Amino acid sequence: MSAMTLSHHAREASFWRVLETGACYLLGLLWILPLFYAVWMAVHPPAYEVRFELLAPLTLQNFVDAWNAAPFARYFLNTFALITTILVCQFVVCTLAAYAFARYEFPGKTVVFMLVLIQLMIMPEVLMVENYRTISSLGLVDTVLAMGLPYMASAFGIFLLRQTFLTVPKELDDAARVEGAGPLAVLLKVYVPLARPVYVAYGLVSVSYHWNNLLWPLVITNSVTTRPLTVGLQVFASPDQGVQWSVISAATLMTSAPLLIGFLLFQRQFVQSFMRAGIK
Amino acid sequence: MKKTNNMVVPWLLLLPATVLLAAFTHIPAVMTFINSFYRTPRGNRPARFVGMDHYSSMLSDPVFMAALKNNAIYALGTVPAAIALSMLMAIIVNSAIRGRALMRMSFFLPTVLPMIAVANIWLFFYTPGYGLIDQFLGLFGFHERNWLGDPDTVLGSLMVLAIWKEAGFFMIFYLAALQQISPTLSEAAALEGTSRWYFFRRVTFPLLMPTTLFVMINAIINSFRLIDHVIVMTRGGPDNASTLLLYYVYNVAFRFWDTAYASALTVVLLAVLALLAFVQFGVLDRKVHYK
Repeated sequence: MSAMTLSHHAREASFWRVLETGACYLLGLLWILPLFYAVWMAVHPPAYEVRFELLAPLTLQNFVDAWNAAPFARYFLNTFALITTILVCQFVVCTLAAYAFARYEFPGKTVVFMLVLIQLMIMPEVLMVENYRTISSLGLVDTVLAMGLPYMASAFGIFLLRQTFLTVPKELDDAARVEGAGPLAVLLKVYVPLARPVYVAYGLVSVSYHWNNLLWPLVITNSVTTRPLTVGLQVFASPDQGVQWSVISAATLMTSAPLLIGFLLFQRQFVQSFMRAGIK
Repeated sequence: MKKTNNMVVPWLLLLPATVLLAAFTHIPAVMTFINSFYRTPRGNRPARFVGMDHYSSMLSDPVFMAALKNNAIYALGTVPAAIALSMLMAIIVNSAIRGRALMRMSFFLPTVLPMIAVANIWLFFYTPGYGLIDQFLGLFGFHERNWLGDPDTVLGSLMVLAIWKEAGFFMIFYLAALQQISPTLSEAAALEGTSRWYFFRRVTFPLLMPTTLFVMINAIINSFRLIDHVIVMTRGGPDNASTLLLYYVYNVAFRFWDTAYASALTVVLLAVLALLAFVQFGVLDRKVHYK
Protein backbone atom coordinates (compact mmCIF):
# COMPACT_ATOMS: atom_id res chain seq x y z
CA MET A 1 0.00 0.00 0.00
CA SER A 2 1.83 3.08 -1.16
CA ALA A 3 0.32 6.04 -2.96
CA MET A 4 -3.08 7.39 -1.97
CA THR A 5 -5.08 6.90 -5.14
CA LEU A 6 -8.83 6.98 -5.31
CA SER A 7 -8.88 3.30 -6.07
CA HIS A 8 -11.97 1.18 -5.74
CA HIS A 9 -10.82 0.08 -2.29
CA ALA A 10 -10.28 3.56 -0.98
CA ARG A 11 -13.68 4.70 -2.18
CA GLU A 12 -15.30 1.71 -0.59
CA ALA A 13 -13.45 2.37 2.65
CA SER A 14 -14.54 5.99 2.74
CA PHE A 15 -18.12 4.90 2.06
CA TRP A 16 -18.02 2.67 5.14
CA ARG A 17 -16.44 5.48 7.12
CA VAL A 18 -19.35 7.77 6.32
CA LEU A 19 -21.85 5.08 7.13
CA GLU A 20 -20.10 4.38 10.40
CA THR A 21 -19.99 8.03 11.39
CA GLY A 22 -23.66 8.29 10.54
CA ALA A 23 -24.43 5.32 12.78
CA CYS A 24 -22.51 6.96 15.62
CA TYR A 25 -24.55 10.15 15.32
CA LEU A 26 -27.73 8.13 15.13
CA LEU A 27 -26.87 6.42 18.41
CA GLY A 28 -26.14 9.78 20.03
CA LEU A 29 -29.44 11.16 18.76
CA LEU A 30 -31.36 8.10 19.87
CA TRP A 31 -29.91 8.43 23.35
CA ILE A 32 -30.86 12.05 23.83
CA LEU A 33 -34.27 11.65 22.21
CA PRO A 34 -36.24 10.60 25.32
CA LEU A 35 -34.96 13.64 27.15
CA PHE A 36 -35.69 16.00 24.27
CA TYR A 37 -39.13 14.56 24.15
CA ALA A 38 -39.70 15.13 27.85
CA VAL A 39 -38.70 18.75 27.33
CA TRP A 40 -41.07 18.98 24.35
CA MET A 41 -43.99 17.73 26.42
CA ALA A 42 -43.16 20.00 29.31
CA VAL A 43 -43.03 23.25 27.34
CA HIS A 44 -46.08 22.73 25.13
CA PRO A 45 -49.79 22.59 25.90
CA PRO A 46 -51.16 19.03 26.40
CA ALA A 47 -52.68 19.14 22.90
CA TYR A 48 -49.16 18.86 21.44
CA GLU A 49 -48.09 15.78 23.41
CA VAL A 50 -47.85 13.72 20.25
CA ARG A 51 -48.32 16.42 17.62
CA PHE A 52 -44.97 17.68 16.47
CA GLU A 53 -45.24 21.08 14.88
CA LEU A 54 -42.33 23.42 14.77
CA LEU A 55 -44.49 26.41 15.61
CA ALA A 56 -46.45 24.82 18.44
CA PRO A 57 -47.09 27.46 21.10
CA LEU A 58 -44.63 27.43 24.00
CA THR A 59 -45.89 27.58 27.54
CA LEU A 60 -44.64 27.37 31.10
CA GLN A 61 -48.12 26.56 32.36
CA ASN A 62 -47.22 22.89 32.92
CA PHE A 63 -44.49 23.89 35.33
CA VAL A 64 -46.86 26.23 37.17
CA ASP A 65 -49.47 23.48 37.39
CA ALA A 66 -46.95 20.96 38.65
CA TRP A 67 -45.54 23.37 41.21
CA ASN A 68 -49.03 24.07 42.54
CA ALA A 69 -50.18 20.47 42.47
CA ALA A 70 -47.78 19.22 45.15
CA PRO A 71 -45.61 20.80 47.86
CA PHE A 72 -42.48 20.74 45.71
CA ALA A 73 -40.87 23.66 47.55
CA ARG A 74 -40.93 21.59 50.70
CA TYR A 75 -39.61 18.53 48.84
CA PHE A 76 -36.72 20.58 47.48
CA LEU A 77 -35.91 21.74 50.98
CA ASN A 78 -36.03 18.16 52.28
CA THR A 79 -33.77 16.85 49.54
CA PHE A 80 -31.37 19.69 50.16
CA ALA A 81 -31.30 18.95 53.89
CA LEU A 82 -30.80 15.27 53.13
CA ILE A 83 -27.88 15.60 50.75
CA THR A 84 -26.15 18.20 52.93
CA THR A 85 -26.45 16.02 56.03
CA ILE A 86 -25.20 12.96 54.20
CA LEU A 87 -22.34 14.74 52.47
CA VAL A 88 -20.99 16.46 55.58
CA CYS A 89 -21.17 13.29 57.65
CA GLN A 90 -19.69 11.15 54.86
CA PHE A 91 -16.73 13.50 54.51
CA VAL A 92 -15.98 13.40 58.23
CA VAL A 93 -16.57 9.70 58.82
CA CYS A 94 -14.82 8.50 55.67
CA THR A 95 -11.85 10.84 56.04
CA LEU A 96 -11.12 9.61 59.56
CA ALA A 97 -11.45 5.96 58.62
CA ALA A 98 -9.46 6.33 55.40
CA TYR A 99 -6.63 7.97 57.32
CA ALA A 100 -6.51 5.08 59.78
CA PHE A 101 -6.34 2.56 56.94
CA ALA A 102 -3.76 4.51 54.94
CA ARG A 103 -1.28 5.50 57.62
CA TYR A 104 -1.55 3.23 60.65
CA GLU A 105 -0.58 -0.35 61.32
CA PHE A 106 -2.71 -2.14 63.86
CA PRO A 107 -3.73 -5.73 64.51
CA GLY A 108 -6.79 -6.78 62.54
CA LYS A 109 -6.40 -4.03 59.97
CA THR A 110 -6.93 -6.29 56.96
CA VAL A 111 -9.97 -7.96 58.49
CA VAL A 112 -11.58 -4.63 59.38
CA PHE A 113 -10.87 -3.31 55.90
CA MET A 114 -12.50 -6.36 54.32
CA LEU A 115 -15.50 -5.87 56.61
CA VAL A 116 -15.77 -2.29 55.39
CA LEU A 117 -15.63 -3.36 51.75
CA ILE A 118 -18.62 -5.66 52.27
CA GLN A 119 -20.80 -2.57 52.06
CA LEU A 120 -19.81 -2.15 48.40
CA MET A 121 -21.85 -5.26 47.71
CA ILE A 122 -24.56 -5.05 50.34
CA MET A 123 -26.07 -1.61 50.11
CA PRO A 124 -28.24 -0.43 52.99
CA GLU A 125 -31.45 -0.68 50.96
CA VAL A 126 -30.95 -4.41 50.47
CA LEU A 127 -31.22 -4.74 54.25
CA MET A 128 -34.22 -2.45 54.47
CA VAL A 129 -36.26 -4.82 56.65
CA GLU A 130 -33.74 -4.84 59.49
CA ASN A 131 -32.69 -1.24 58.95
CA TYR A 132 -36.30 -0.18 59.27
CA ARG A 133 -36.45 -2.04 62.58
CA THR A 134 -33.28 -0.35 63.81
CA ILE A 135 -34.45 3.11 62.81
CA SER A 136 -37.84 2.63 64.42
CA SER A 137 -36.29 1.37 67.65
CA LEU A 138 -34.23 4.57 67.66
CA GLY A 139 -37.51 6.46 67.25
CA LEU A 140 -36.26 8.11 64.07
CA VAL A 141 -38.83 6.95 61.51
CA ASP A 142 -39.82 9.78 59.16
CA THR A 143 -36.82 12.02 59.81
CA VAL A 144 -34.08 13.35 57.57
CA LEU A 145 -31.52 11.69 59.83
CA ALA A 146 -33.16 8.30 59.26
CA MET A 147 -32.85 8.69 55.50
CA GLY A 148 -29.16 9.53 55.82
CA LEU A 149 -27.83 7.38 58.67
CA PRO A 150 -27.34 4.09 56.80
CA TYR A 151 -25.27 5.85 54.12
CA MET A 152 -22.97 7.95 56.27
CA ALA A 153 -20.21 5.38 56.58
CA SER A 154 -19.68 4.72 52.91
CA ALA A 155 -17.31 1.94 51.95
CA PHE A 156 -16.87 3.60 48.59
CA GLY A 157 -15.81 6.88 50.20
CA ILE A 158 -13.45 5.20 52.61
CA PHE A 159 -11.86 3.18 49.83
CA LEU A 160 -11.51 6.16 47.52
CA LEU A 161 -9.95 8.41 50.15
CA ARG A 162 -7.67 5.67 51.43
CA GLN A 163 -6.27 5.17 47.93
CA THR A 164 -5.65 8.90 47.71
CA PHE A 165 -4.07 9.20 51.14
CA LEU A 166 -1.74 6.33 50.28
CA THR A 167 -0.23 8.46 47.52
CA VAL A 168 0.64 11.30 49.89
CA PRO A 169 4.43 11.18 50.53
CA LYS A 170 5.20 9.88 54.00
CA GLU A 171 7.84 12.63 54.37
CA LEU A 172 5.17 15.32 54.46
CA ASP A 173 3.41 13.47 57.25
CA ASP A 174 6.64 13.01 59.21
CA ALA A 175 7.66 16.62 58.74
CA ALA A 176 4.36 17.85 60.16
CA ARG A 177 4.68 15.49 63.13
CA VAL A 178 8.23 16.63 63.85
CA GLU A 179 6.81 20.11 64.16
CA GLY A 180 4.54 18.74 66.86
CA ALA A 181 1.26 18.38 64.99
CA GLY A 182 -1.13 15.70 66.31
CA PRO A 183 -2.82 13.12 64.08
CA LEU A 184 -5.88 15.27 63.44
CA ALA A 185 -3.81 18.35 62.66
CA VAL A 186 -1.70 16.34 60.20
CA LEU A 187 -4.82 14.96 58.58
CA LEU A 188 -6.38 18.40 58.19
CA LYS A 189 -3.24 20.28 57.13
CA VAL A 190 -1.50 17.71 54.95
CA TYR A 191 -3.89 15.05 53.68
CA VAL A 192 -7.21 16.80 53.21
CA PRO A 193 -5.84 19.72 51.13
CA LEU A 194 -3.92 17.33 48.87
CA ALA A 195 -7.03 15.22 48.33
CA ARG A 196 -9.26 18.13 47.32
CA PRO A 197 -10.01 16.93 43.77
CA VAL A 198 -11.02 13.56 45.18
CA TYR A 199 -13.40 15.23 47.62
CA VAL A 200 -14.97 17.10 44.71
CA ALA A 201 -15.27 13.85 42.76
CA TYR A 202 -16.71 11.92 45.65
CA GLY A 203 -19.03 14.81 46.50
CA LEU A 204 -20.48 14.91 43.00
CA VAL A 205 -21.00 11.16 42.90
CA SER A 206 -22.59 11.18 46.35
CA VAL A 207 -24.87 14.14 45.67
CA SER A 208 -26.18 12.68 42.43
CA TYR A 209 -26.67 9.30 44.08
CA HIS A 210 -28.68 10.65 46.98
CA TRP A 211 -30.58 13.23 44.95
CA ASN A 212 -31.83 10.26 42.92
CA ASN A 213 -32.28 7.69 45.66
CA LEU A 214 -35.85 6.48 46.04
CA LEU A 215 -36.28 3.13 47.76
CA TRP A 216 -34.94 3.73 51.25
CA PRO A 217 -36.49 7.21 51.62
CA LEU A 218 -39.77 5.74 50.35
CA VAL A 219 -39.67 3.09 53.07
CA ILE A 220 -38.62 5.32 55.93
CA THR A 221 -40.65 8.52 55.32
CA ASN A 222 -44.37 9.04 55.40
CA SER A 223 -45.00 12.77 55.57
CA VAL A 224 -44.64 15.88 53.46
CA THR A 225 -42.24 17.43 55.95
CA THR A 226 -39.53 14.81 55.37
CA ARG A 227 -40.17 13.34 51.91
CA PRO A 228 -37.38 14.08 49.43
CA LEU A 229 -38.11 15.03 45.82
CA THR A 230 -37.95 11.49 44.49
CA VAL A 231 -40.58 10.22 46.91
CA GLY A 232 -42.66 13.36 46.38
CA LEU A 233 -42.54 12.81 42.64
CA GLN A 234 -43.52 9.18 43.07
CA VAL A 235 -46.54 10.11 45.18
CA PHE A 236 -47.48 12.89 42.76
CA ALA A 237 -47.10 10.97 39.53
CA SER A 238 -48.69 7.64 40.43
CA PRO A 239 -50.58 6.49 37.35
CA ASP A 240 -53.89 6.38 39.21
CA GLN A 241 -53.70 10.09 40.06
CA GLY A 242 -54.92 11.07 36.61
CA VAL A 243 -52.38 13.86 36.25
CA GLN A 244 -51.73 15.04 32.69
CA TRP A 245 -48.58 13.76 31.01
CA SER A 246 -47.32 17.20 30.19
CA VAL A 247 -47.61 18.18 33.85
CA ILE A 248 -45.83 15.00 34.94
CA SER A 249 -43.09 15.77 32.43
CA ALA A 250 -42.76 19.28 33.81
CA ALA A 251 -42.59 17.98 37.38
CA THR A 252 -40.05 15.36 36.37
CA LEU A 253 -37.78 17.89 34.69
CA MET A 254 -38.25 20.38 37.49
CA THR A 255 -37.12 17.92 40.16
CA SER A 256 -34.10 16.83 38.14
CA ALA A 257 -33.28 20.37 36.98
CA PRO A 258 -30.67 21.29 39.59
CA LEU A 259 -28.66 18.17 38.80
CA LEU A 260 -29.17 18.56 35.05
CA ILE A 261 -28.15 22.22 35.05
CA GLY A 262 -25.25 21.48 37.35
CA PHE A 263 -24.17 18.75 34.99
CA LEU A 264 -24.45 20.91 31.88
CA LEU A 265 -22.45 23.71 33.52
CA PHE A 266 -19.75 21.52 35.01
CA GLN A 267 -19.81 18.70 32.49
CA ARG A 268 -16.07 18.26 32.37
CA GLN A 269 -15.73 18.11 36.14
CA PHE A 270 -18.67 15.73 36.40
CA VAL A 271 -17.30 13.30 33.88
CA GLN A 272 -13.78 13.54 35.26
CA SER A 273 -15.10 13.03 38.78
CA PHE A 274 -16.95 9.88 37.81
CA MET A 275 -13.85 8.71 35.98
CA ARG A 276 -11.63 9.41 38.94
CA ALA A 277 -14.05 7.64 41.23
CA GLY A 278 -14.10 4.72 38.85
CA ILE A 279 -10.37 4.25 38.41
CA LYS A 280 -9.68 4.41 42.14
CA MET B 1 6.86 6.77 66.16
CA LYS B 2 5.28 6.45 69.58
CA LYS B 3 3.97 2.93 69.97
CA THR B 4 1.23 3.55 72.58
CA ASN B 5 -0.30 6.29 70.48
CA ASN B 6 -0.24 4.03 67.47
CA MET B 7 -2.62 1.51 69.00
CA VAL B 8 -5.34 3.85 70.20
CA VAL B 9 -5.40 6.51 67.49
CA PRO B 10 -6.36 4.27 64.56
CA TRP B 11 -9.24 2.73 66.47
CA LEU B 12 -10.48 6.16 67.49
CA LEU B 13 -10.31 7.24 63.87
CA LEU B 14 -12.24 4.16 62.82
CA LEU B 15 -14.83 4.39 65.57
CA PRO B 16 -17.56 6.40 63.79
CA ALA B 17 -17.27 4.38 60.58
CA THR B 18 -17.25 0.99 62.30
CA VAL B 19 -20.18 1.83 64.57
CA LEU B 20 -22.27 3.00 61.60
CA LEU B 21 -21.27 0.11 59.38
CA ALA B 22 -21.95 -2.41 62.11
CA ALA B 23 -25.33 -0.85 62.86
CA PHE B 24 -26.56 -0.65 59.27
CA THR B 25 -24.70 -3.39 57.43
CA HIS B 26 -23.16 -6.15 59.53
CA ILE B 27 -25.62 -6.52 62.40
CA PRO B 28 -28.66 -6.23 60.10
CA ALA B 29 -27.16 -8.85 57.79
CA VAL B 30 -26.72 -11.27 60.71
CA MET B 31 -30.14 -10.41 62.14
CA THR B 32 -31.75 -11.00 58.75
CA PHE B 33 -30.27 -14.47 58.78
CA ILE B 34 -31.44 -15.22 62.35
CA ASN B 35 -34.92 -13.79 61.83
CA SER B 36 -35.42 -15.90 58.75
CA PHE B 37 -35.75 -18.91 61.08
CA TYR B 38 -38.54 -17.33 63.11
CA ARG B 39 -42.21 -16.59 62.52
CA THR B 40 -43.24 -12.94 62.23
CA PRO B 41 -44.61 -11.83 65.61
CA ARG B 42 -48.15 -10.49 65.26
CA GLY B 43 -50.28 -8.93 68.00
CA ASN B 44 -50.15 -11.23 71.00
CA ARG B 45 -48.48 -14.04 69.07
CA PRO B 46 -44.73 -13.86 69.71
CA ALA B 47 -41.99 -14.84 67.27
CA ARG B 48 -41.46 -18.59 67.34
CA PHE B 49 -38.61 -20.67 65.97
CA VAL B 50 -39.77 -22.35 62.78
CA GLY B 51 -36.46 -23.63 61.43
CA MET B 52 -36.32 -23.91 57.66
CA ASP B 53 -40.07 -23.40 57.19
CA HIS B 54 -39.72 -20.12 55.33
CA TYR B 55 -37.18 -21.61 52.99
CA SER B 56 -39.28 -24.63 52.18
CA SER B 57 -42.37 -22.51 51.59
CA MET B 58 -40.27 -20.31 49.34
CA LEU B 59 -39.74 -23.27 47.03
CA SER B 60 -43.47 -23.61 46.56
CA ASP B 61 -44.07 -19.86 46.38
CA PRO B 62 -44.85 -19.06 42.73
CA VAL B 63 -44.19 -15.34 43.23
CA PHE B 64 -40.71 -16.01 44.61
CA MET B 65 -39.96 -18.37 41.76
CA ALA B 66 -41.20 -15.78 39.27
CA ALA B 67 -39.09 -13.08 40.93
CA LEU B 68 -35.99 -15.26 40.81
CA LYS B 69 -36.55 -16.13 37.18
CA ASN B 70 -37.34 -12.53 36.22
CA ASN B 71 -34.26 -11.26 37.98
CA ALA B 72 -32.08 -13.79 36.20
CA ILE B 73 -33.53 -12.82 32.82
CA TYR B 74 -33.25 -9.15 33.72
CA ALA B 75 -29.57 -9.50 34.64
CA LEU B 76 -28.72 -11.67 31.65
CA GLY B 77 -30.47 -9.24 29.33
CA THR B 78 -29.34 -5.88 30.67
CA VAL B 79 -25.75 -6.59 31.69
CA PRO B 80 -24.24 -7.76 28.37
CA ALA B 81 -26.20 -5.16 26.40
CA ALA B 82 -25.15 -2.35 28.72
CA ILE B 83 -21.53 -3.51 28.58
CA ALA B 84 -21.44 -3.73 24.79
CA LEU B 85 -23.14 -0.37 24.33
CA SER B 86 -21.05 1.40 26.93
CA MET B 87 -17.87 0.09 25.34
CA LEU B 88 -19.06 1.28 21.93
CA MET B 89 -19.98 4.67 23.36
CA ALA B 90 -16.59 5.07 24.98
CA ILE B 91 -14.85 4.21 21.73
CA ILE B 92 -16.99 6.72 19.83
CA VAL B 93 -16.44 9.48 22.37
CA ASN B 94 -12.73 8.69 22.51
CA SER B 95 -12.35 8.82 18.71
CA ALA B 96 -11.72 11.88 16.55
CA ILE B 97 -15.38 12.19 15.55
CA ARG B 98 -16.75 15.72 15.35
CA GLY B 99 -19.10 16.73 18.15
CA ARG B 100 -17.56 14.35 20.67
CA ALA B 101 -18.49 16.54 23.60
CA LEU B 102 -22.12 16.61 22.53
CA MET B 103 -22.15 12.84 22.08
CA ARG B 104 -20.61 12.34 25.49
CA MET B 105 -23.27 14.56 26.99
CA SER B 106 -26.03 12.71 25.19
CA PHE B 107 -24.79 9.33 26.43
CA PHE B 108 -24.16 10.48 29.97
CA LEU B 109 -27.28 12.57 30.64
CA PRO B 110 -29.63 9.66 31.45
CA THR B 111 -27.22 8.72 34.24
CA VAL B 112 -27.67 12.05 35.96
CA LEU B 113 -31.46 11.74 35.99
CA PRO B 114 -33.19 9.99 38.88
CA MET B 115 -34.49 6.54 37.97
CA ILE B 116 -37.95 7.68 38.99
CA ALA B 117 -37.80 10.60 36.54
CA VAL B 118 -36.69 8.24 33.79
CA ALA B 119 -39.49 5.85 34.69
CA ASN B 120 -42.06 8.66 34.48
CA ILE B 121 -40.88 9.70 31.04
CA TRP B 122 -40.82 6.15 29.72
CA LEU B 123 -44.19 5.36 31.24
CA PHE B 124 -45.60 7.71 28.68
CA PHE B 125 -43.55 6.20 25.84
CA TYR B 126 -45.08 2.83 26.59
CA THR B 127 -48.67 4.08 26.77
CA PRO B 128 -50.69 1.80 24.49
CA GLY B 129 -51.73 3.46 21.24
CA TYR B 130 -51.05 7.01 22.32
CA GLY B 131 -47.44 6.63 23.51
CA LEU B 132 -44.41 7.49 21.44
CA ILE B 133 -43.34 3.92 20.77
CA ASP B 134 -46.72 2.85 19.44
CA GLN B 135 -47.01 6.04 17.39
CA PHE B 136 -43.62 5.32 15.86
CA LEU B 137 -44.30 1.65 15.19
CA GLY B 138 -47.72 2.63 13.86
CA LEU B 139 -45.94 4.36 10.99
CA PHE B 140 -44.74 0.94 9.89
CA GLY B 141 -48.12 -0.62 10.24
CA PHE B 142 -47.66 -2.30 13.62
CA HIS B 143 -50.67 -2.66 15.84
CA GLU B 144 -50.77 -0.95 19.20
CA ARG B 145 -49.48 -2.91 22.16
CA ASN B 146 -49.87 -2.66 25.87
CA TRP B 147 -46.15 -2.89 26.50
CA LEU B 148 -46.33 -2.74 30.28
CA GLY B 149 -49.63 -4.57 30.55
CA ASP B 150 -48.58 -7.68 28.68
CA PRO B 151 -46.62 -10.34 30.61
CA ASP B 152 -44.67 -11.09 27.44
CA THR B 153 -43.31 -7.59 26.93
CA VAL B 154 -43.26 -5.98 30.37
CA LEU B 155 -39.87 -7.25 31.53
CA GLY B 156 -38.26 -6.45 28.19
CA SER B 157 -39.68 -2.93 28.36
CA LEU B 158 -38.12 -2.39 31.78
CA MET B 159 -34.83 -3.79 30.53
CA VAL B 160 -34.66 -1.35 27.61
CA LEU B 161 -35.13 1.53 30.01
CA ALA B 162 -32.48 0.19 32.38
CA ILE B 163 -29.97 -0.16 29.56
CA TRP B 164 -30.69 3.38 28.39
CA LYS B 165 -30.17 4.69 31.89
CA GLU B 166 -27.02 2.76 32.74
CA ALA B 167 -24.90 2.48 29.60
CA GLY B 168 -23.68 6.07 29.86
CA PHE B 169 -22.53 5.50 33.40
CA PHE B 170 -20.43 2.50 32.46
CA MET B 171 -19.12 4.39 29.43
CA ILE B 172 -17.21 6.62 31.84
CA PHE B 173 -15.21 3.68 33.18
CA TYR B 174 -14.34 2.51 29.68
CA LEU B 175 -13.42 6.03 28.71
CA ALA B 176 -11.03 6.22 31.64
CA ALA B 177 -9.51 2.88 30.65
CA LEU B 178 -9.22 3.82 26.96
CA GLN B 179 -7.37 6.99 27.82
CA GLN B 180 -4.77 4.94 29.65
CA ILE B 181 -4.01 2.79 26.63
CA SER B 182 -0.84 4.09 25.04
CA PRO B 183 -1.45 5.77 21.66
CA THR B 184 1.77 4.22 20.35
CA LEU B 185 -0.09 0.90 20.13
CA SER B 186 -2.62 2.18 17.64
CA GLU B 187 0.07 4.13 15.76
CA ALA B 188 2.11 0.98 15.41
CA ALA B 189 -0.94 -0.93 14.26
CA ALA B 190 -1.76 1.76 11.71
CA LEU B 191 1.78 1.53 10.31
CA GLU B 192 1.37 -2.20 10.00
CA GLY B 193 -1.89 -1.70 8.15
CA THR B 194 -3.87 -3.62 10.77
CA SER B 195 -7.61 -3.38 10.35
CA ARG B 196 -9.41 -1.53 13.11
CA TRP B 197 -11.63 -4.45 13.93
CA TYR B 198 -8.59 -6.71 14.30
CA PHE B 199 -6.91 -4.10 16.48
CA PHE B 200 -9.98 -3.87 18.68
CA ARG B 201 -10.24 -7.64 19.03
CA ARG B 202 -6.58 -8.29 19.72
CA VAL B 203 -5.48 -5.14 21.58
CA THR B 204 -8.24 -2.86 22.85
CA PHE B 205 -10.69 -5.49 24.04
CA PRO B 206 -8.15 -7.52 26.05
CA LEU B 207 -6.75 -4.33 27.57
CA LEU B 208 -10.25 -3.35 28.63
CA MET B 209 -10.86 -6.72 30.28
CA PRO B 210 -10.31 -5.56 33.89
CA THR B 211 -12.76 -2.71 33.29
CA THR B 212 -15.25 -5.10 31.76
CA LEU B 213 -15.11 -7.35 34.79
CA PHE B 214 -15.50 -4.39 37.12
CA VAL B 215 -18.40 -3.02 35.11
CA MET B 216 -19.99 -6.44 34.89
CA ILE B 217 -19.99 -6.98 38.65
CA ASN B 218 -21.44 -3.53 39.24
CA ALA B 219 -24.06 -3.99 36.57
CA ILE B 220 -25.15 -7.28 38.10
CA ILE B 221 -25.32 -5.72 41.56
CA ASN B 222 -27.46 -2.93 40.13
CA SER B 223 -29.79 -5.43 38.51
CA PHE B 224 -30.53 -6.82 41.96
CA ARG B 225 -30.54 -3.50 43.79
CA LEU B 226 -32.39 -0.98 41.61
CA ILE B 227 -36.15 -1.45 41.59
CA ASP B 228 -37.35 2.15 41.43
CA HIS B 229 -38.73 1.67 37.93
CA VAL B 230 -40.63 -1.44 38.99
CA ILE B 231 -42.27 0.51 41.81
CA VAL B 232 -43.25 3.38 39.54
CA MET B 233 -44.12 1.61 36.31
CA THR B 234 -45.53 -1.83 36.95
CA ARG B 235 -45.62 -2.70 40.65
CA GLY B 236 -44.39 -6.11 39.66
CA GLY B 237 -47.36 -6.76 37.39
CA PRO B 238 -49.05 -7.92 35.37
CA ASP B 239 -49.31 -11.30 37.05
CA ASN B 240 -45.85 -10.90 38.64
CA ALA B 241 -44.26 -10.84 35.21
CA SER B 242 -42.00 -7.93 36.25
CA THR B 243 -41.46 -8.71 39.93
CA LEU B 244 -37.77 -8.55 40.80
CA LEU B 245 -36.33 -10.09 43.95
CA LEU B 246 -35.84 -6.89 45.94
CA TYR B 247 -39.26 -5.65 44.88
CA TYR B 248 -40.79 -8.82 46.28
CA VAL B 249 -38.87 -8.28 49.53
CA TYR B 250 -40.21 -4.72 49.66
CA ASN B 251 -43.75 -5.92 49.05
CA VAL B 252 -43.66 -8.73 51.59
CA ALA B 253 -42.05 -6.51 54.21
CA PHE B 254 -43.94 -3.25 53.78
CA ARG B 255 -47.25 -4.26 52.19
CA PHE B 256 -47.94 -7.58 53.90
CA TRP B 257 -45.73 -6.82 56.93
CA ASP B 258 -44.45 -10.39 57.00
CA THR B 259 -40.96 -9.37 58.07
CA ALA B 260 -39.76 -12.88 58.84
CA TYR B 261 -40.53 -14.16 55.36
CA ALA B 262 -39.04 -10.98 53.94
CA SER B 263 -35.89 -11.78 55.92
CA ALA B 264 -35.70 -15.23 54.39
CA LEU B 265 -36.09 -13.67 50.93
CA THR B 266 -33.37 -11.15 51.77
CA VAL B 267 -31.06 -14.04 52.69
CA VAL B 268 -31.42 -15.36 49.15
CA LEU B 269 -30.55 -11.93 47.83
CA LEU B 270 -27.55 -11.73 50.17
CA ALA B 271 -26.39 -15.13 48.97
CA VAL B 272 -26.42 -13.86 45.38
CA LEU B 273 -24.49 -10.75 46.37
CA ALA B 274 -22.02 -12.79 48.41
CA LEU B 275 -21.37 -14.96 45.39
CA LEU B 276 -20.66 -11.83 43.36
CA ALA B 277 -18.35 -10.54 46.08
CA PHE B 278 -16.51 -13.83 45.97
CA VAL B 279 -16.08 -13.54 42.21
CA GLN B 280 -14.94 -9.94 42.49
CA PHE B 281 -12.40 -10.42 45.26
CA GLY B 282 -11.32 -13.89 44.26
CA VAL B 283 -11.13 -13.76 40.50
CA LEU B 284 -11.37 -10.16 39.40
CA ASP B 285 -8.79 -8.66 41.73
CA ARG B 286 -6.22 -11.25 40.79
CA LYS B 287 -6.73 -10.54 37.09
CA VAL B 288 -6.49 -6.82 37.62
CA HIS B 289 -3.18 -7.14 39.42
CA TYR B 290 -1.64 -9.27 36.71
CA LYS B 291 -2.94 -6.83 34.11
